[in-house]
Amino acid sequence: MSAQRDRWVSSFFFLLFCASSIPTRGSARLLQELSPQEYFSSLQPGRASLAYFSHNVSPGAQPFLEQIENSAEALQDYGISVMKVNCPKEDVSRYCGKENAIRKAYLFRGSMLIREFPTDALFDVNSIVANVLFALLFNEVKYVETLADLHNIENALKGKSNMVFAYVPATGTAEHRAVMEAAFVYGTVHQFVLTTEAALLKDTGNDEPDVSSARLLFCHCQQATDPAQPCRRTAMEQALTMLNIHRHLKLMGAPLVTEVAEDPEKVSTIHLQLGLPLVFILSQKETYEADRRTAEFVAWQLLGKAGVALLSRDLVNLNILLRSNVALKTPDEGVPIKYLVLEDTGEVITLVEDKNKVEQIQEDEEEEDEEDKENNDQDIQDDQVVEAVSRDKKRELPLEQILVLTEDTFHSALLETARTVVLFYASWEAVSLAVLQSYTEVASHLKGTGGVLLSRLNCWDWPGVCTKENVTQFPTIKIYEKGERSVMYDGMWGTEELTSFIMLSRVSCPLKLATIEEAEGYLRGELPSELSSYHHTSVLGVFSTATSEAREAFEEAGNILSGHVTMGMYFEDDALALSRKYAVSPPALLLARSGSQSVEGIGLSKQSVQDMVQMIRYASLDIFPEITVQNLPHFLQLRKPFLILFSDGDISQMESEEMLKLAKGRTRQALVACWLNLKRTPVGRGVLKAYFATVPSLPVLVWVNLHAGGQVFKFPAEQTIAEPNILSWLEKLKAGLEIPSSTLSEEDWKPPLPAYDFLQMMEKAVPEVPLHTSHHHRDTPARHPPESSGGDVTVREEPSQDTKAEKVGSPGRDLRGTAPRLAAREKQGRRHSEL
Amino acid sequence: LGLALYTGSLCAASGTAFLYHDYCVIGAGPSGLQAAYFLQQAGRDYIVFERSHAPGSFFALYPRHRKLISINKQYTGKSNSEFNLRHDWNSLLSHDPRLLFRRYSRDFFPDADTMVRYLEDFASLLELKVQYNTAIIHVTLERDEQAWNGHYFLLTDQDRQIYKCSSLLVATGTWVPNVVNFPGSEYVEGYETVSINPEDFAGQTVLILGRGNSAFETAENILGVTNFIHMVSRSRVRLSWATHYVGDLRAINNGLLDTYQLKSLDGLLEGDLEDLAIVKDKKGKLHITLRFYLENRNTSAGINSITLPQDELDNFATRAPYDRVIRCLGWKFDFSIYNRSLRMMPGKGNKKKYPQIKPSYESRGTRGLFVLGTASHSVDFRKSAGGFIHGFRYTTRAVHRLLENRHHGVPWPSTVYPITQLTNSIIKRVNEASGLYQMFSVLADIILLRENATAFEYLEEYPVGVLAELEVQTGRKAPNGLFVIIMEYGRNFSGADKDVFYYNRAVGEAQHAWQSNFLHPVIYYYKHLPTEHEMRLRLPDWPLPHPDAVHHIVEDFLTDWTAPNAHILPLRRFLENCLSTDLRNFFAESCFLFAFTRQKLPPFCQQGYVRTQGLVGSEGLRRHAVQAGLLEDYALTDFSGDRPPDSRHGSQDQLLRDHVIPVRPLQHLVNTKDE
Repeated sequence: MSAQRDRWVSSFFFLLFCASSIPTRGSARLLQELSPQEYFSSLQPGRASLAYFSHNVSPGAQPFLEQIENSAEALQDYGISVMKVNCPKEDVSRYCGKENAIRKAYLFRGSMLIREFPTDALFDVNSIVANVLFALLFNEVKYVETLADLHNIENALKGKSNMVFAYVPATGTAEHRAVMEAAFVYGTVHQFVLTTEAALLKDTGNDEPDVSSARLLFCHCQQATDPAQPCRRTAMEQALTMLNIHRHLKLMGAPLVTEVAEDPEKVSTIHLQLGLPLVFILSQKETYEADRRTAEFVAWQLLGKAGVALLSRDLVNLNILLRSNVALKTPDEGVPIKYLVLEDTGEVITLVEDKNKVEQIQEDEEEEDEEDKENNDQDIQDDQVVEAVSRDKKRELPLEQILVLTEDTFHSALLETARTVVLFYASWEAVSLAVLQSYTEVASHLKGTGGVLLSRLNCWDWPGVCTKENVTQFPTIKIYEKGERSVMYDGMWGTEELTSFIMLSRVSCPLKLATIEEAEGYLRGELPSELSSYHHTSVLGVFSTATSEAREAFEEAGNILSGHVTMGMYFEDDALALSRKYAVSPPALLLARSGSQSVEGIGLSKQSVQDMVQMIRYASLDIFPEITVQNLPHFLQLRKPFLILFSDGDISQMESEEMLKLAKGRTRQALVACWLNLKRTPVGRGVLKAYFATVPSLPVLVWVNLHAGGQVFKFPAEQTIAEPNILSWLEKLKAGLEIPSSTLSEEDWKPPLPAYDFLQMMEKAVPEVPLHTSHHHRDTPARHPPESSGGDVTVREEPSQDTKAEKVGSPGRDLRGTAPRLAAREKQGRRHSEL
Repeated sequence: LGLALYTGSLCAASGTAFLYHDYCVIGAGPSGLQAAYFLQQAGRDYIVFERSHAPGSFFALYPRHRKLISINKQYTGKSNSEFNLRHDWNSLLSHDPRLLFRRYSRDFFPDADTMVRYLEDFASLLELKVQYNTAIIHVTLERDEQAWNGHYFLLTDQDRQIYKCSSLLVATGTWVPNVVNFPGSEYVEGYETVSINPEDFAGQTVLILGRGNSAFETAENILGVTNFIHMVSRSRVRLSWATHYVGDLRAINNGLLDTYQLKSLDGLLEGDLEDLAIVKDKKGKLHITLRFYLENRNTSAGINSITLPQDELDNFATRAPYDRVIRCLGWKFDFSIYNRSLRMMPGKGNKKKYPQIKPSYESRGTRGLFVLGTASHSVDFRKSAGGFIHGFRYTTRAVHRLLENRHHGVPWPSTVYPITQLTNSIIKRVNEASGLYQMFSVLADIILLRENATAFEYLEEYPVGVLAELEVQTGRKAPNGLFVIIMEYGRNFSGADKDVFYYNRAVGEAQHAWQSNFLHPVIYYYKHLPTEHEMRLRLPDWPLPHPDAVHHIVEDFLTDWTAPNAHILPLRRFLENCLSTDLRNFFAESCFLFAFTRQKLPPFCQQGYVRTQGLVGSEGLRRHAVQAGLLEDYALTDFSGDRPPDSRHGSQDQLLRDHVIPVRPLQHLVNTKDE
């Protein structure tokens, strides 16, 4: 038997690893069906067999038979044949005859009956294999029930052999089978001890063992010398499977410390082969003994988790730091050996055991770093205005030209000058401060201009004035006319625009013109003379004496448009002469754009103020404007597609004429034709880059609809910019025959970065606070019946709050502190006795 | 007018002689005058009844030692009048700058006579309608379905004159002295009458009952001339600088603590006054004993038969006899003038000195009866400043606003702003608003969001306890979510036993702002107006129910929350994330770029640049923005379209690359097809 087993030991693993891949063996029927005579004559001495005797197949035995059949292959690996013996009807021999024998299976070695199993103990393949092997390996696997038995065996083995102690919660389980299969192989090498008694687990140093899971310990009794001490134990940490047990026993069998005298890269031990790391303790001649002890100590700690090798530096020419004392070789191919400088053995163990943990920590740190980075990003100012202003905060602004107003001086200051411009701002608010900078530039432009006083009022210092003046936004600029109305500035917050506004609003709007000559001079931009240097459009209203209604509306419109355009008004008797000259009939508007000689005449059909304002605004827009950052908003308000000629510098005369022709033509209603000078408006390059990724060769004509669809089309570069070409291209666009170069994103403007989630931080920090209670209830208010009256409920609730407060408020009713202890004690005592 | 006619006819019909007013205010103390001011400003029909011949009769007598403990700060280094009210605890609210208390006194702790003079001026300069020498001795109800609240209030004065009012504002304060009754309490002198001349206490041993500011004030006055002073009270001493409650013991009065802890014979004792008894010996000395010793006494013999604690415990603390025992136990509300039908009930526990009212300051028992001033302190007793001038001047205004909405259809005043002003409006208020600051955790600013969050409506100083009733109480609608701006101390910072000076008590970093301890602004965000049920479920110590998001602006040593990076930036991020939008400011140039390259614009460009209010910015500022990498300088770009060497990572450039969808491949495809 023993010789035979040895043979099996060598072949077993081959089978184990290969059998599953050779299912062909399974195709032959492994469960032999024999007659009793055949069976008993076939039995060979020393060979085990499991037999099941049956008359005709009884229905109850059918599932069992299936399991037997399934286990035949597994048992065959251990040299155990499985037979089904068909008893003839008349057979009344020992195995066939007894009625209850049918309910059993019989295990024979040779012809000797070893054990009979009730069929209900053989419920599946695991239980069949486990029980059969358990029966066969009766000597190799000792079953113990008490601690004393275990200790006896252990003591008997000391100095001789190692012990494998296994606990399984029940026999016939997969774990039990795994232990038995291991015992079949290793039973001659180590003593196997099996128990199902959970109490024995306590002895293994596990105070609160999980009795529901099987455990296996390797007890190093061979080296144990002290009879009083229990053998050193190494628990297997993996689940009890055949493979894991094999692996564990292999590792236990390997030398504790391997001595190495070659390049660690070339070293290979069973640990590496089994996928475990190998730790090198780097040693020197001088410290060899100590290093060896260290290595052994570490090896014991790492038994089953890593191998330990002792590497003598003196024997190997290592090109590593002298400081390094430990090296780690991982089983992963291609990963270089790590040389480390560690302080103590604990670190070596951590290195291996908590490899995952270490990695985790490193990852955490990285994550933290990332988080930090994220947080840092949150902390970093991404508002260009705020950042620019705070970078500029140390520069002192030249504010001498601007009068500082206070609550006390505000009203008196307004009375001193014909026009007082007041900038209402908040000294902490970035946009205000940015405007204040432009405002200082305005002040220097207007230095010496009579009748205008520039002033500022800090609403952070004087909130009362700002509230009274109806300043709800920062910044606000208002122009106060002495003793009269005030105008709120509603233009661009730029030096030029504000200067122009202040200058234009100095002139009454509309300006009443007395003579034809004045009216003509006004249209030529000569009147009023102080405005000749400011780019503006002059609008002249021509009214006959009968059209007072239109004239009043025009005057009202003048109030609204004051500062933006200049408006003149002529309603003398000879107004007709003027209107005849420009071919309009009063009421009418005559429009003269600055820099243009022509005068445009527009009849006034609509007479509401709002319509008139709208009309004047629209009419005063250029026909083929150069688009700039400052004037784009006026054109955006038209909500039409743009046809833009991007040019690096001025456009040529030819292009200008062609575009103007186009602009004046029928397309005027459909689009805004304009051009953009990249020298004056460099941000246009940003626009082009967004459209075409790079700036195309210039000039380039682009059609873009900002208000619908956001499609961008580029006029073919090979065509010349001429009206007919453009028109036919526009037709093609309309017909959908062109492919857009790009489409503008429709994406919403989302928060650029997340906020601090204080709610989450609170919940994390104070987990007992059920912050979500109200949250949950929010969606299900119906569950709580509506209270008859809110007041009553609160009344009912209040006592608890109050009594609580009272408790807190009066920690003790007795005389405490220096006060008599006795008084309190006695008082209580007496009162109790009285009661 | 209809109402006036109606009441007129009523008057004629019943034949009883009474005078009618829409609003009757009882008491011309600070809160009564404050209420009168708002009623007057709103042009309401009101009258104030004052039993004395002048306003502020309480201050004519109290505090006995005449020193007010409300600070009168002359200088703050700021001219912001609203901000300065944070440090002016005596002025009432008015439009008249003459009526600032600092114009009346230069003392940091002014004299009470100054307060009387101030109140007189307040009533006369503002021409408030106060009827003096009128003591209301009885208040009852007259049911009438037509009345504002289903009943009229009938007030009877000492001359049996009856006044009829639609709404009753009770501003009588708390003036009835608290007394305790125990054997021998007849030997106790009251704070109201005790001598304030220190010489009367020379060489005497004094026991003071009570541990409030009046007790310490009394002790402070005689500290230098007595043998020693003992002070007995049920509760431990509560220092206002530890509890952050101004009603607790103020440092100005705490000389006795100093002498006690510096072994100078004076001392504090804790004990229930109800258990005390005082026995007078033949020499007139007062001995402290316990009530149960007296109860056990079988004979009514002299002092010698009475057991004193020291007979059993010879080191009993208060075994030395006293020359005087002074009661300084504070005041309570006068409940006696209200008819039972008004159900004016005292509060529970330590609030029993106040009548029960709702967080809206309306009586729990009677609709239309509002309690103002000190008597309304049950709402925030031992928490905020509602029992003091610097607190109730704001709650009185809040009550007035509630009444304006309820009876006159005048909704709570509010301002509508574009969303771009959201961060600014919050920063402005948390930096200057005095009502939020003084009435922390009680009054809150409310931001009601308009649809699509393009605009919002700002309501100031609403009583947060009635947040659920906001729509009814203010006449404003909150369908699109709201922010509640409130100020809070750290939740575990204040308290009688707390060390408020521990190291690292101050939080400096914005990301840990929620752990701020000192008073700091907190912004709650709700997608929906909290319901009453949710209000009831709020956690203890939470002024508000669980929000959808919350932001703390980190505490600031200077209470100046205008730092761009530590205060404003995190607030902006919070608001942005609540509203899911981008609230950054942009120069016009950026808006120009966005206008041409994106179909949608950020609110700042949409509400500014597009409406011709773009921020052009000076050249210098634009250069700073370029250096910060927040603005790209396209003027530097060469023709090949490379990035300018200067800009580190032009965020805008990146922004654009991500957001413009190039259709080049398609074109390429078409071209090859053509070939």
